[in-house]
Amino acid sequence: MTLAPTGLAGSPTAKRRDSNATATSYVPSWLPPIAAVGALLILVPLVAMATRVDWANFGSLVTSDSAVAALALSLRTSLAATVLCVVLGVPMAIVLARVNFPLKTLARTLVLVPLVLPPVVGGLALLYAFGRRGLLGGTLDVLGIDIAFSTTAVVLAQTFVALPFMVLTLESALRARGAGFESVAATLGARRGYAFRHVTWPLMWPALVAGTVLSFARALGEFGATITFAGSLEGVTRTIPLEIYLQREVDPDAAVALSLLLIVIALVIVGLAYRRPVSRSAP
Amino acid sequence: MKHAALTVMALWVLTGCATASDTPQSETVTVFAAASLTDTFTQIADDFEADHPDVSIRLSFAGSSDLATQIVEGAPADVFASADEAQMQNVADAGLTAAAPITFATNVPAIVVPADNPAGIESFADLANPDVATVVCAPQVPCGVAEQIIERVTGVSLSPVSEESSVTDVLGKVTSGQADAGIVYVTDVARAGSPVIGIAIQGADAALTTYPIALLAGAGTTAQKFVDYVAGSQAAAVFADAGFGAP
Repeated sequence: MTLAPTGLAGSPTAKRRDSNATATSYVPSWLPPIAAVGALLILVPLVAMATRVDWANFGSLVTSDSAVAALALSLRTSLAATVLCVVLGVPMAIVLARVNFPLKTLARTLVLVPLVLPPVVGGLALLYAFGRRGLLGGTLDVLGIDIAFSTTAVVLAQTFVALPFMVLTLESALRARGAGFESVAATLGARRGYAFRHVTWPLMWPALVAGTVLSFARALGEFGATITFAGSLEGVTRTIPLEIYLQREVDPDAAVALSLLLIVIALVIVGLAYRRPVSRSAP
Repeated sequence: MKHAALTVMALWVLTGCATASDTPQSETVTVFAAASLTDTFTQIADDFEADHPDVSIRLSFAGSSDLATQIVEGAPADVFASADEAQMQNVADAGLTAAAPITFATNVPAIVVPADNPAGIESFADLANPDVATVVCAPQVPCGVAEQIIERVTGVSLSPVSEESSVTDVLGKVTSGQADAGIVYVTDVARAGSPVIGIAIQGADAALTTYPIALLAGAGTTAQKFVDYVAGSQAAAVFADAGFGAP
């Protein structure tokens, strides 16, 4: 990836530091100001919101019964959705990156759909699929499964919107790396399962972490599909974003305080995942 | 590829911003109206424009609390029509109304069920059956307050499967058949059409809501004319057709 000429310094660590310094000189001077404008676009609304926080009552606002119930539900459902994203998303990404099959481009495009669908439409689509009168509603009914207005519906909505983040992150990492290491492993006599465990898996670990974090963050912020598909009841389906949306009607201070809490949670998670990656050397 | 897409997107956004500030060729009155007034106000604005060819009415529909927040935060509106007196009061308290609000319509809660009425609902008391999936508005929003009043006057208490943030969300759960019944306003039943049927609630008048309209600070005489028109007899016919009650 790096554009720096090689062989500038002796030791590997010194070389890396040098190449980072040199990389800066390859950035055109007009670029950082535009980057700064972009950063402001994100930063100013966040700062503006922080100025509206009722700090004196912040503690009691975010620890009210309804806020705690919403927070607990959000964490529970987002974790469940993230687990589903890993279980379903990892195989999807590997198949998309490594297996050749007909209509692969179409399949990759379809995976993207939840990203572009307005979440409300996503919720409607889920309703038409899994709702009581949906495509699979009758089948689920026969099986004695009724997900209408249940926490399961929330997890389903969150998984639907978060899954593309997992698949995209992993797949692009796998494709960027190519299958070179695996083919070397194969020429050295490694079986498929062995090569997967000892070559593919360690290589995709950083991307898996990033995808997991993005999926969790997306699930945590999910609003439109949940309100359309799952409903809104304290402790059952009313996650933090739904609680914020409702509180805004009567108590904007509580809505702002909860929003800030959500932002802090998101920052902590993303910060943890993107802190300087620990290098895990491949075998 | 990615960069090209981003550039195109940025250009599109920038040009979009530019065209949005086109100068109007006639006088424009900006009206913020509650979402439940979408159909009636669109009709009334068309009628008003037909009578006043040099005037263009720009309508913005959203929940009353969203609109009140936008007005208080400085949104350039000339007229505010609220579905809720409390939100009108918020705007008045901020010193942003130019005249006292006038009530122009009323509304009452009603039961809405899917057209085939799967749970066989006939009255409000039927909704207390735990097997009936009933969806209501949360007590934090006006339609939820109205529903709680009905519970109080009828002595029937419900355990809803969902407490939604808006009437539209309640209606959506019923039209899709996800819920067996919902509590909305009579005008919402009329608006939803054939996928649903409405059932009147005995004693619903106890939860009557009124719709106030007010001229906002800085608005001109044309905006005042529109307010008068909404409170007048021609508009009253439009409201009656949509199921609203007279003030």
